[in-house]
Amino acid sequence: MNPSTAKPRPAYTEFHPRWYRPRVSVYWWLGEWQYLRFILRELSSVFVAAFVIATLLGLRALRNGPEAYARFLHRLQTPTAIVLSTISLFFVLFHTITWFNLAPRAMAIRLRGQRLPDIVIAAPNYVLWLVVSVAVGWLVLR
Amino acid sequence: MPDKTILEIARYSPEQDTNPHFQTYEVPVYKEWVVLDALNYIKDKVDGSLTYRWSCRMGICGSCGMMVNGEPKLTCATFLSSCGGHKIRLEPLRYFPVVRDLVTELSDFLLKLKKVKPWLIRRDTPPLSQGEFLQTPEQLVSYKQFSMCINCTLCYAACPVVGLDPVFVGPAAIALAQRYNMDNRDQGAGERMAVLAHPEGIWGCTFVGECTRVCPKHVDPAGAIQQYKLKAVLDWMKRLLPPSHSHKEGQGESLNR
Repeated sequence: MNPSTAKPRPAYTEFHPRWYRPRVSVYWWLGEWQYLRFILRELSSVFVAAFVIATLLGLRALRNGPEAYARFLHRLQTPTAIVLSTISLFFVLFHTITWFNLAPRAMAIRLRGQRLPDIVIAAPNYVLWLVVSVAVGWLVLR
Repeated sequence: MPDKTILEIARYSPEQDTNPHFQTYEVPVYKEWVVLDALNYIKDKVDGSLTYRWSCRMGICGSCGMMVNGEPKLTCATFLSSCGGHKIRLEPLRYFPVVRDLVTELSDFLLKLKKVKPWLIRRDTPPLSQGEFLQTPEQLVSYKQFSMCINCTLCYAACPVVGLDPVFVGPAAIALAQRYNMDNRDQGAGERMAVLAHPEGIWGCTFVGECTRVCPKHVDPAGAIQQYKLKAVLDWMKRLLPPSHSHKEGQGESLNR
């Protein structure tokens, strides 16, 4: 058969087979626990953001004088704020700890041909966290 | 008599089908059989039209990767007895176009691989008479883990970013770029950084970490990408410093020859 006169087949072209291209569902993250865990972790950042916003509002109230700061403190004592702060505290701790534990993955430091053990990379983060927390605690509570 | 199990295999014929469908086969389960043995049994004894890739059947060639019960696996390294249940579902690797049955299209992956220049780049080409490039065992160890990649693309099938953002260079290619960056004979880190410090490169990665979990050769592509991100940030910070303090580009300046 002369190729130039042959009618092209509608469904199949030689050398250009029809590939099946699967579409990724919008709900791709619901199908597997690993993906769901990842998305839940990402979503929990919303509470970390809420904590950051509350801190910024606190700083603004502090700048606006003792009365504004007293109003801010009063607002923090409402049940909604206490629940939100508790959830935020949990997720800030969760993200801090998991982030510190991931630090060794990003830092492959070699000393005398040996990669530093994970604990050597992660530990300074925890020590610094403790030092800063104690310093802030001392400043606030003295 | 050996136990039997059911294989549910995705079939797709580009000439006849618009969507894949599943076909079931009953296969014997021997203690020493891997999923690939069952596929070869079907191909030889039951249905010669079943199409899949395989070559070495020993975890070296990287061609027999498939979704086994929804998980990217090398079928030559997955025992039938470890799959659990009486049904094993086999599908082509996720996020790749399907050519036929269990065979995926790899051109896009190969183009991405080429993009990161996974070969030794030298700015100078010293004459052969100067001898070979020497490397100490310590220098070898620094990149050896990333050099174990067999391009099986399981990490691409595990990475949701690959599925959602088809232009993302992907885990294996970035790990391989890092393999050459860490090689003391290479001087191309700057060239690769120009390609990869990009939303389609390292910044596309959201650190789901699935690539590392499924990697059959323990390459840790997720770790490679995070190390690359750190390097990109440090390079950027060094550029902010006065020129006299700026970093000399590339590696391999102090070659042992």
